[in-house]
Amino acid sequence: MKAAILVFPGINRDRDMARALRLISGSEPAMVWHAETSLPAGTDLVVVPGGFSYGDYLRCGAIAARAPVMDAVRDYAAKGGLVLGVCNGFQILCESGLLPGVLMRNAQLKFICRDVHLRVERSDTPFTRGYNAGQVIRVPVAHGEGNYEADEETIQRLEGEGRVLYRYCSAEGVVDEAANINGAAHSIAGIVNDKGNVLGMMPHPENHVEDIMGCTDGRGLFAGLAQHLEKAA
Amino acid sequence: MKNEPKITPELVAAHGLKPDEYERILKLIGREPTFTELGIFSAMWNEHCSYKSSRIHLRGLPTKAPWVIQGPGENAGVIDIGDGQAVVFKMESHNHPSYIEPYQGATTGVGGILRDVFTMGARPIACLNALSFGAPEHAKTRHLVSGVVAGVGGYGNSFGVPTVGGQVRFHTRYDGNILVNAMAVGLADADKIFYAAASGVNMPIVYLGSKTGRDGIHGASMASAEFDDKSEEKRPTVQVGDPFAEKLLLEACLEIMEKGCVIAIQDMGAAGLTCSAVEMGAKGDLGVDLDLDAVPTRETGMSAYEMMLSESQERMLMVLKPEKEKEAEAIFKKWGLDFAVVGYTTPSKRFVVKHGGDVMADLPIKELGDEAPLYDRPHVPSAALPVVHAREVMAPMGVGSALEKLIGTPDMCSKRWVWEQYDHVILGNTMQRPGGDAAVVRVQDGPKGLALTVDVTPRYCEADPFEGGKQAVAEAWRNITAVGGKPLAITDNLNFGNPERPEIMGQFVGCLKGISEACRTLDFPVVSGNVSLYNETNGRAILPTPSIGGVGLLDDFTKSASLAFKAEGEAILLIGETHGWLGQSVYLRDICGREEGAPPPVDLAAEKRNGDCVRGMIHAGTATAVHDLSDGGLLIALAEMAMASGIGAKLLAAPTSLVSQAYWFGEDQARYLVTVPETEAGRVLAKMRGCEVPCVRIGTTGGDAIAIAGEAPVTIDKLRTSFERWLPEYMGGKAA
Repeated sequence: MKAAILVFPGINRDRDMARALRLISGSEPAMVWHAETSLPAGTDLVVVPGGFSYGDYLRCGAIAARAPVMDAVRDYAAKGGLVLGVCNGFQILCESGLLPGVLMRNAQLKFICRDVHLRVERSDTPFTRGYNAGQVIRVPVAHGEGNYEADEETIQRLEGEGRVLYRYCSAEGVVDEAANINGAAHSIAGIVNDKGNVLGMMPHPENHVEDIMGCTDGRGLFAGLAQHLEKAA
Repeated sequence: MKNEPKITPELVAAHGLKPDEYERILKLIGREPTFTELGIFSAMWNEHCSYKSSRIHLRGLPTKAPWVIQGPGENAGVIDIGDGQAVVFKMESHNHPSYIEPYQGATTGVGGILRDVFTMGARPIACLNALSFGAPEHAKTRHLVSGVVAGVGGYGNSFGVPTVGGQVRFHTRYDGNILVNAMAVGLADADKIFYAAASGVNMPIVYLGSKTGRDGIHGASMASAEFDDKSEEKRPTVQVGDPFAEKLLLEACLEIMEKGCVIAIQDMGAAGLTCSAVEMGAKGDLGVDLDLDAVPTRETGMSAYEMMLSESQERMLMVLKPEKEKEAEAIFKKWGLDFAVVGYTTPSKRFVVKHGGDVMADLPIKELGDEAPLYDRPHVPSAALPVVHAREVMAPMGVGSALEKLIGTPDMCSKRWVWEQYDHVILGNTMQRPGGDAAVVRVQDGPKGLALTVDVTPRYCEADPFEGGKQAVAEAWRNITAVGGKPLAITDNLNFGNPERPEIMGQFVGCLKGISEACRTLDFPVVSGNVSLYNETNGRAILPTPSIGGVGLLDDFTKSASLAFKAEGEAILLIGETHGWLGQSVYLRDICGREEGAPPPVDLAAEKRNGDCVRGMIHAGTATAVHDLSDGGLLIALAEMAMASGIGAKLLAAPTSLVSQAYWFGEDQARYLVTVPETEAGRVLAKMRGCEVPCVRIGTTGGDAIAIAGEAPVTIDKLRTSFERWLPEYMGGKAA
């Protein structure tokens, strides 16, 4: 795996992400500064990590979407390259047009940090092949703006094309409003683009990859990606 | 001086300087000060910056141990944790600003303490806080809780540091004056600690970070005066926080430190440019010439006076190695931060401020700090309160009902509503999340870990300042011990009322004596701290609240203990002596409606003996769950262990020698609950007898309830409902 982690000023889960990728893939990811205009040669995974890029001023992800490095990411994605955006990364991908929809303020209007359960909706994608379809995983969220919304037509397309990969649910896997942590449309926690090579998700799988954390449910995502890339190579 | 107001007695008074303090200024400089100079004196000589009422008493605190690298007097304290690593930490208050503007007051409190830590070369790895609010039914409390919690989270979450622990309390004595105490902990290389003292003559002094605006002018002076009904009008003295700028400043500072560019560094906190420049010069035995025309400003037309007193946030002052200046500038430009040479060090030992070609201030730099007034204010000891005898306390309800009620009171209930608004998992090192005795944070990739806690019991301090001071330190020590940490050092944040009142000064002196004694006996020195006086409104003071932030070390964080029961059928042991002390207990206050009596005495020798023994059991792997006993005593602690695990407990009846409610809810100190596997119980009890540590078996884990022989059981479900209900309902506008 030759991962590249984008670093915008104000990004703060870059180290968490680098550690997770290092632990699971065994190779050190490249850290790519926002002012760069190209990605390192041979990059096979671009990760947009969590944080508060540019302070989240103006609107979450809006300024980062216009950073020089994002042109390179758009080119890379257009050619089918894998892109993973987590939390602020999801917001940035939406703002940059790589994913549809928008992340609004949480329904309860508060920042929320807690472990949540996600139902993995399908296992036949690079981003979910480390899991079984219907599997319930536990990972933390830490966000104030994670309430996914899009127009009805977009939501219907996402659902119809099976592009919702992760959904908030109860520990037993029940998707309902009680388990919908931030009020997202259709309890959406993570979606892919129409080609299936760009994933955006709010929760932080990178914070649940070590045994000593008491939960390693986040490993599957990264291990699946590593497997997928190994096969492709 | 052109365009500056004339100095009048009214102007002097408006700067918080007493007539005799002004006389002192005249004598020191031999002439009338300029307006800018008057501002500088008021900034340097207010209580917040000069510690004029407290300095004399702070000298008695133990501050040394073989592992202390830097004690009080710098931006933060530094301790050695081995392997070339050091922990840098401090706690500081932001009380008055948080009352006036809770969100910004809290954010800048967190920002200020983070800056203190990374100024010394440490990367912040954890934050904690201690928040004291007024009575829930007070009209402003809900608004203040909401704003402060959002502010603490808003800054820490964006900056990217986990907020891992703290305290939240409610009491009517904080109605007009809440307390926001923020603690930051950072990790540095022990041989790469940075200090404020400038060195070398004619070295460029560099200004870094955000631009200077008109916010926060006289912030430190506001923190040195009492409040009244017009305090709202002080809103313009509250600064505005920008966590994004601080995150950039952190990365830029650590980068130029790493590249070896920095000789001296000082953050601009209270009293901004004035305090930081004077400190750098005075500590280095040098003068400083500042040219205000070079200071990056956010607004046009700022006067020298305004620039010298602005408390705009996210700013630093540095002395750089001249040959590295270009390299440092490039790094700051990369992070998009301002970089300007605003002055030079001089051999004159004068503090000279120029603006628009005029000399606006020319003062002796050492004397600005050293000659600040020093007061030995009159103090009277608090009157001793009578001991409340358990036999005289009528139980208004059964033990089970009292437990269910008590666990749902504002002080005892779950603070989940608060800490879920703080990112407590970022950086991926939080091994024990909020809700336990102490947070456990892994040091880099391990195996070392830090045990971190904040604690104080203000009602004890009010009832008996000496015992209360001891107890605050002992409880912080106990919290660290209960997770298996070796307690290393503390930071103290001393919040009191008006020191010009002898009874308040008496509380301060008493608490400090207690803190000193506990620190000495427990080998737990003070390495940093902050004093916040004048915490009173319309003549009513807060409860004396010396918040203690403790740091301990775990050689191997995988060998730490947590409070959740681990399995059914394990033996529950109570360590420490139980006399059933009800005076100042939450049972007496919240169940019987009596806030009275002497608080429990603290036997420091017993604390040490019992705690060392518990830590040994954790390290040996004998103890499966550990919890220290504090507010609410034995039964509250048991309930917390049960709720954390979902496993109940079957308990023997209270010993006949004690009144039942006093046994279950008394707050005797130096106690822990420990579980061990059934097969180990006999051996552990025998061993404890050998060490002369009081230890009795009180029951067995199991079931879905707290079941005391002869009493109606209380299910864990019921307890959890009561525990989790109050705060969300209150904040949702339902409960009072």
